[in-house]
Amino acid sequence: MDKREKDIEKLKDYKYGFSTDIENIRAPKGLNEDVIKFISNIKNEPQWMLDFRLKAFERFKQLKEPNWQKPKYPKIDYQDLYYYSAPKSMKDKPKSLDELDPKLLETYKKLGIPLQEQARLNGIAVDAVFDSVSVATTFKDELTKQGIIFCSMSEAIQKHPDLVKKYLGTVIPTTDHFFATLNSAVFTDGSFVYIPEGIKCPMELSTYFRINASETGQFERTLIIADKGSYVSYLEGCTAPMRDENQLHAANVELIALDDAEIKYSTVQNWYPGDENGKGGIYNFVTKRGLCKGKNSKISWTQVETGSAITWKYPSCILKGDNSIGEFYSIAITNNHQKADTGTKMIHLGKNTKSKIISKGISAGLSDMTYRGLVDINSKAKNSSNYTQCDSLLMGNKCGAHTVPYIKNKNFDSNIAHEATTSKISEEQLHYCQQRGLNPEEAVGLIVNGFCKEVLQQLPMEFAVEAQKLVGISLEGSVG
Amino acid sequence: MTEQIKTDFEKIVKTSAFSEKDVELKKMYLNKFLESGFPTRKLENWKFSDLSQIIKKNIGELSFYNDYSFPNKVDNSIFVEGLEHNKIVFINGKVEKVDFTYEDHDKIEINDDFKFVDRLEDNNSLFSLNNAFTNKFYKITVKKNYSLKKPLVVYHSTNNKITSRNINLKLEFQLQQNSSLRLIDLFNDEAQNNFINIFYNFDLKENAILKNYKIDKALNKNIRYSYNNIEQDNNSVSETFVLSSGSNFSKNEINCNLKGEYSSAFVNGIFTLNDGQHHELRSIINHLVENTKSYQLIKSVLGKNSKSAYQGKIFVDSKAQKTDGYQLSKAILLDETSEFNAKPELEIYADDVKCSHGSASGSLDENSIFYLMSRGLNYQESKELLINGFLLDVVEKITDTEIKNLVKNMIGLKE
Repeated sequence: MDKREKDIEKLKDYKYGFSTDIENIRAPKGLNEDVIKFISNIKNEPQWMLDFRLKAFERFKQLKEPNWQKPKYPKIDYQDLYYYSAPKSMKDKPKSLDELDPKLLETYKKLGIPLQEQARLNGIAVDAVFDSVSVATTFKDELTKQGIIFCSMSEAIQKHPDLVKKYLGTVIPTTDHFFATLNSAVFTDGSFVYIPEGIKCPMELSTYFRINASETGQFERTLIIADKGSYVSYLEGCTAPMRDENQLHAANVELIALDDAEIKYSTVQNWYPGDENGKGGIYNFVTKRGLCKGKNSKISWTQVETGSAITWKYPSCILKGDNSIGEFYSIAITNNHQKADTGTKMIHLGKNTKSKIISKGISAGLSDMTYRGLVDINSKAKNSSNYTQCDSLLMGNKCGAHTVPYIKNKNFDSNIAHEATTSKISEEQLHYCQQRGLNPEEAVGLIVNGFCKEVLQQLPMEFAVEAQKLVGISLEGSVG
Repeated sequence: MTEQIKTDFEKIVKTSAFSEKDVELKKMYLNKFLESGFPTRKLENWKFSDLSQIIKKNIGELSFYNDYSFPNKVDNSIFVEGLEHNKIVFINGKVEKVDFTYEDHDKIEINDDFKFVDRLEDNNSLFSLNNAFTNKFYKITVKKNYSLKKPLVVYHSTNNKITSRNINLKLEFQLQQNSSLRLIDLFNDEAQNNFINIFYNFDLKENAILKNYKIDKALNKNIRYSYNNIEQDNNSVSETFVLSSGSNFSKNEINCNLKGEYSSAFVNGIFTLNDGQHHELRSIINHLVENTKSYQLIKSVLGKNSKSAYQGKIFVDSKAQKTDGYQLSKAILLDETSEFNAKPELEIYADDVKCSHGSASGSLDENSIFYLMSRGLNYQESKELLINGFLLDVVEKITDTEIKNLVKNMIGLKE
């Protein structure tokens, strides 16, 4: 094989492995007050926002990096990262898509995010985040008609300061854990969604994230507020270019559901997992937390995690309102040297609250997968219930699958049921499928998809197809 | 505490006949303990029970010196009636009686000048405390092909002559090829507000069978910690049953290393708690080779102000293919002040395994109560009947009929 062929072969491994050459504006390397002021200044933020950041930074300085997680990683030098980088063309913000840097548009095309046509065809409003700054937001007009606000965080800070001020940091306060606090101090951009009272959002809102510019930690901040009686379904999908250095991604996502509101948050995460020797890949240390603030509210997390060198996240629900419901559906697949420590927290505070956790973990190759979850029923959460099911599937004897659930029941009226199993694909099932003409890889794909079905069903249509393909792609080469 | 522990340690060294080497070793352990102190909730293993706080709240300052120079009279009334058995009697941490009348003396070896070897490389500070303060410990060896005719009952008693607030005990058992032992631990306490720290080590050779029943039934105000380490060779079987309901606080840890093929471990437990009691069971089953099995069933019935915790871990090494590991914990919460915490953990590195765990907690099923009441029972009777059935399930797991009946009588379970 000559060199060219080899290169092509390499690229094949990671479908979205390319990076765009755009000059970046960067904040000076390192983390200090000046950098935070720089970020705040360049984004033209009001004083209260800067204060919020500085308060978080004050707290951050006192915090120690946690070390209880299963996947260990080399020490991150937080002074050696760039905390802000934006595509240069952002300086004078484009008014329409045509004004965008053609190179940017090219990238989206490669990624398969046809901003103009397909978004409309699919009925999705796309807020594409390129690096740290939202570049274009489509379908805004249609949403605006209904009073729905769907824009970038920076825009929201400028245009809807009251809403941001009222809700930002109420679910993930500036006094939270290490990575969340870091995010509060240096976050660059993200999405902001507000659904007004009684409105059912007519389309699935979607953001595609893309990490670009090497050595840039991405610090997204997303805030979704569903006012009384409203409904929204939000999609988040991620791809990242190939990179040798480990990249840190510490996003914060806050969801707030008021009385009778429902938020459905779906994620397909397919970031660069590193090569087959475990070199490179993204560190995905994300804090996602939803607050069912009002009565009868509902928050549902669905995630398909196939990428990243290390995934370390626990999308959680705080069930504060009476009769509120929290759901968590997860598929996590690790292959090669990938590591995942993921799960959820369901904190029951209100009466008659219900939660359901379905977690499916698949590990292959030399990977390691941990489900870690907490179900905490407070003494005031009368008549609450939780059902947890976490199943793991192992492929080969060099990988690991672990389950670490924490169960706390302080209420005698409440019920908690937890089930977990670990097994491998049975020889009989494989034999049966192969007998009917499938090759081993197809057979495994079919069985795994069946194993994940309960979760895949929860995904919106557009995602379900993509996710199903991803499940297959992620496990390529793990059989045999 | 540090000053007290040091002076008491000096006192013990002066009054006992330890060799210089032993004293050195003990000092090393003492320093190790002083470095870390009593475990707090910051340690993952002690997340649900902060021992340091519990000791502070219930006992206050501990003291460690006991005068073991005079013998204690053994109170015969503590002995189990209606069961012929061998005895080891501990009073205030000192062995007062060793009685193997029913057995062939050639087949059992009791060694009391057994030198302790630093084997357990562990960060358990209570293990260090135990090693620093155990006065004398026994190693009991059951020889090849011998099964004890009668069960061995170890009586852990205290009386009012106790001068310290802490007791440390240690026993070693070796079960050679094809041997078997039925061991019952019975707790009887007259003295209150002590911290009792017990370490057992079991070494099971090929085909050996160990049945260990820990019965903590009599209400007392003591804080108890008990650690069982079980090493298992090929084809050996260990069965551990814990009845946890007497002490104010109690934590049982069972660490089981399945090192031989076709070895199996069973852990079963019952918690019935009330009035401010707080008990925990932590089990670690390490499946290290192929074809090993483990089963666990833990049930709790929790009354007013009581709290129980279960931490169970199944570890499967990458070599340990064809492992079966099952775990189930259930709890009934009877009062709004009761609390149940669980952390059933699986850590698996081999693919051809069947492992599962389940955990459920909640109140008594109203429909079942209604059913029973519609058949003429009153509310209280229905409740009792349901609890009875709930617990009987675990007791039925006891494989020794004689002891099963004993346990049933003790907790008043009806069939």
